[in-house]
Amino acid sequence: MIALAVRGLTKRFGDIVANDHIDLDVAQGEIHGLLGENGAGKSVLSSCIYGLYRPDSGRIFLWGKEVHITSPFDAIRLGIGMVHQHLMLVPHLSVWENIVLGREPRRGIQVDRKKVLRDIEKLFEETGFQLDLSEEIANLPVGVRQQVEILKVLFRGADILILDEPTAVLTPQEVDQLLATLRRLKAQGKTIIFISHKLKEVFALCDRVTVLRRGKKVGTLPIGEATPEILAEMMVGRRVFFEFPKERVEKGGVLLTLREVSTNPPGVPLKGISFDVRSGEILGIAGVEGNGQSELVEVLVGLRRPKGGAVLFQGKDITHSSPKERIRLGIAHVPEDRHRLGVILDFSIWENLVLGFETEPPFRKGWITLNLQAIRSFARQKIREFEITVPHENVPLRTLSGGNQQKVVVARELAFEPSLLVACQPTRGLDVAATEYLRNLLLAARRKGKAVLLISADLDEIRALSDRVLVMYEGKIVGELAPESDEYQFGLLMGGKGFDEAGVASSS
Amino acid sequence: MSLSLFQAMVRMATPILFAALGGCLCERVGVINIGLEGIMLTAAFFGVLVTYVTGVPLLGFLGGLASGVAWGYVIALLTVRFYGNQIVVGTGVNVFGLGLSAFLSQKIWGSRGASEAVQGFESIWVPYLGEQTFFVYLGFILVFALQFFLFVTPWGLRLRAVGENPQAADTAGINVFRYKTLGVVVGSAIASLGGLFLSLGHLRFFAWGMTSGRGFIGLAAMIFGKWTPVGCLLASLLFGLADALQMRLQALGILPSQVILLIPYLVTILVLSGFVGRATPPARYEPYKKE
Amino acid sequence: MKRGLRLPLEVFAVGLAFLFGMLVLLVAGYPPLQALFALFRGAFGTRNALGQTLTQATPILFTSLAFLLGFRSGIFNIGVEGQFLVGAFVAALSGIFIRGLSFPVHALLALFLGGLGGAIYALFPALLKVYLGAHEVITTMMLSYVALYLTSYFVNYPLKAPGWVAQTELVASSARLPRILPPTQLSLAFPIAIGFAFLVFWFLERTVPGFSIKAVGMNPEASESRGIPVRKYQVLAFVLSGFIAGIGGGGEILGVHGRFVDGFSPGYGWDGIAVSLVGRLHPLGCIFASVLFGMLRAGGMVMTRVTKVPLDLSLIIQALVILFVAAPFFIRYLGGLLRRRRML
Repeated sequence: MIALAVRGLTKRFGDIVANDHIDLDVAQGEIHGLLGENGAGKSVLSSCIYGLYRPDSGRIFLWGKEVHITSPFDAIRLGIGMVHQHLMLVPHLSVWENIVLGREPRRGIQVDRKKVLRDIEKLFEETGFQLDLSEEIANLPVGVRQQVEILKVLFRGADILILDEPTAVLTPQEVDQLLATLRRLKAQGKTIIFISHKLKEVFALCDRVTVLRRGKKVGTLPIGEATPEILAEMMVGRRVFFEFPKERVEKGGVLLTLREVSTNPPGVPLKGISFDVRSGEILGIAGVEGNGQSELVEVLVGLRRPKGGAVLFQGKDITHSSPKERIRLGIAHVPEDRHRLGVILDFSIWENLVLGFETEPPFRKGWITLNLQAIRSFARQKIREFEITVPHENVPLRTLSGGNQQKVVVARELAFEPSLLVACQPTRGLDVAATEYLRNLLLAARRKGKAVLLISADLDEIRALSDRVLVMYEGKIVGELAPESDEYQFGLLMGGKGFDEAGVASSS
Repeated sequence: MSLSLFQAMVRMATPILFAALGGCLCERVGVINIGLEGIMLTAAFFGVLVTYVTGVPLLGFLGGLASGVAWGYVIALLTVRFYGNQIVVGTGVNVFGLGLSAFLSQKIWGSRGASEAVQGFESIWVPYLGEQTFFVYLGFILVFALQFFLFVTPWGLRLRAVGENPQAADTAGINVFRYKTLGVVVGSAIASLGGLFLSLGHLRFFAWGMTSGRGFIGLAAMIFGKWTPVGCLLASLLFGLADALQMRLQALGILPSQVILLIPYLVTILVLSGFVGRATPPARYEPYKKE
Repeated sequence: MKRGLRLPLEVFAVGLAFLFGMLVLLVAGYPPLQALFALFRGAFGTRNALGQTLTQATPILFTSLAFLLGFRSGIFNIGVEGQFLVGAFVAALSGIFIRGLSFPVHALLALFLGGLGGAIYALFPALLKVYLGAHEVITTMMLSYVALYLTSYFVNYPLKAPGWVAQTELVASSARLPRILPPTQLSLAFPIAIGFAFLVFWFLERTVPGFSIKAVGMNPEASESRGIPVRKYQVLAFVLSGFIAGIGGGGEILGVHGRFVDGFSPGYGWDGIAVSLVGRLHPLGCIFASVLFGMLRAGGMVMTRVTKVPLDLSLIIQALVILFVAAPFFIRYLGGLLRRRRML
């Protein structure tokens, strides 16, 4: 029996079509994988099913009957539950309060604590979880919080569970436990939609899998008919390993050295990170997101103090230098979250282009005065040079497309010939042309003898551009690979399996 | 502490307590209510006005309470529904309360300074607490009712969730706007009781600006009480004691009243700065926008 | 169809507030148009009226600039009132106790010291915010009351001049800011305030620290990552905010009252918050907005005398302006309703 059917679902955000006429059938009692790269439209689809977004067109059927889901409340009432990628828990409420929130069993005007305990105890049996119910969420590790989230959904009597990238934040042990739990729930007749971009998990868990690519459905297969190669091709399209015309560049001396750098939480703690970057090379850092890449970048640009170890730049110890000092030394940074760290949306183009350089002549003249003339002509020159499509330099950055915003960032960061460029997810969310443009810029920087540290979750990008690739896992560098190495080897390292286990020689 | 000082402390704590409880409820749903002062003043005025017109204090009480509810809706409309700046809205409420009460006072009684005397509520004698109006007892009851409401009932749970993580509450199927509005309206109504106590219980007439900063002290008490009703009670009693002492010492000419009056404010700053235990609000003062 | 609401929302909010105010008059049984006319005439009708309006606008212009400067750096300094009072108090003391200086030097020194007083008073909440994470909305509000009671204590006890009124001695005549439009109370403080508006404008638009303060206010994280020391600039903005507020307090004492009178401020600091919003958080916009509020205060008095409409109508209109400006989406919503009506 078909538990959930979606027909022709379309959702647009402005000009972007996030879901383009999607059809989906999920049978009762199956675990249905929803597979796709970042930005393929998996989360949007599930949000539409759960009532968080309203689709622009399309129909949804539950148990053969058409339903109109306009809010999570409707979805819950209809027996759909969702475990979000960013857990939706209230930190200073206890475990049980979070579980019953919105669906509190009542005795008179009180929450019926006894019934709550009884019901949750039953859920413990079904799931195999065992939690301290009176603990505050804020005191629990992420893996346990996710269990609370699952209990929350089950408590609401969901028959259809949607899990949005549930393993992204988990350790391998926690992932194993989660998969076991989901199998157990399936055995009890629950229907599960499992969103992921990890092939391994899909093979380990799912009965059927639907692949999305760029907002469109590519197809649905029973897992028995799928192979990793087939699914990978469906996910990324018929795309050959594209190799950029990388010229030979003579590598220079060591520019940046990290020695046993470690950090404390918040965030993923770094554990003894050491590596060198030479001028004239692009060093890629691969890894599943959330394995310490952001923290590593923060250490490099001076936003996070390491607990131990040292950072040397051009032989100078910069471990405790301020961001300003590092900018002056020639470290440029294209941040992963542009809107948070890279630009000021309500500033104009010219203000964003000069941001951080306003204290330096010629942009400053005299003691505190800005040299607006110099700044504006600088801005106009950058707009021309980087082909930023804007009417003029006074418009607020907010009005620009993502690609043009990113060009503003890159134009600024490369403006004063830095010797090191730290680029994080530089092409995320950009269209094809802008992506191409930015990748070529990175190669041009390399050609000019600059060092580039490229951090990206896009393995294709890393492999196409880098000279060497380091893989990060749980705050550690777990290995170094040549970009031509087998995808399989990358996969193993990114999944936390060291070289030794994979039968390859270990390297530092 | 003498018995009469104790009784004065309880009396002076009452309006502060109502303000603190009202403010607490608003903050629990993520709205900082700077307008408590204006709400109390409005209620004090309408309490007297309706009593003056009808001659029935109970109707005056209801009239004042209705004004509190009305303010609650206005504040919720502007801050929750239309994402208005909470602090500016609160400032507006305060100015409006002061302006409207004085305007109508002038119109009705020919003086913006004070109204004619009206009949107030009779005091009820209780051992130790002495002769107090029912407001005082209502205050105590409310403390425990609210503590119960917030921490034992399902609606209290939802209220707390809505303030701390509106998105989580939304995905749990809770109507965030409705509960935020509920918190602000009920909170404002409770604060209005503080104004009614002053005009119908304590003085039995309306005087210009008669709340004289008690709304702000209420906010201070709420912070000192770490955003729980019982905490609000303890803090209000402490600040009430300062108020009661202030009047005595002033009468005796020992210590100028101003020095004692500023104590609650200083204490609050110390608390907020972490010198006297940490104080973090239970919710961020942000409107919740969907999608 | 796209036309209709092209006026700035602030203008719409002010118009709406007046409309509501008139409605209140109508309900209360006063002639609204007559009152409105009296209000305007009382504010702008004669030279003296204009002088009085500008006198009332002066302290509000200072406080609105003070609030604005904090706001632009992401700080909600709602304790401008406290810094204003401290500035007034210090200026009064400087005017009384500093001796042997002649006119411009003494007056300017007293004014500057007033500003310094306000700046130092703003330094406390700034440090508490930056280093201890104490929310400035509460700390500055509480500090306003501390300032109110402290100054009140001093002028009631140790510094009280003989007589019934709680006030200090007069400041030395060398410390007075001269009247520029006698017989009105308009003093040199007014042109100084206008000067400050342009100074703040220049500071925000043309200087490096102004640029940094705006950057910090709009996106502290990006500023930090671009090497702008966020805490430093937040403290700087807070202190400058307090400085301007303090100058405003000093100007009021040295220009209008000549001494510190207990309770002389009817809440100029609080008005500043609303005025800077009505002025679109722009220093030059603040000039217009403060004249509007000055008009309500000064014209209100004439209106009361002529039409017997209670003075507090001005407060009601002020409050409505504040409420409407606080929630621009509400105004937009009302505008939308109106437009829909018209289309039907």
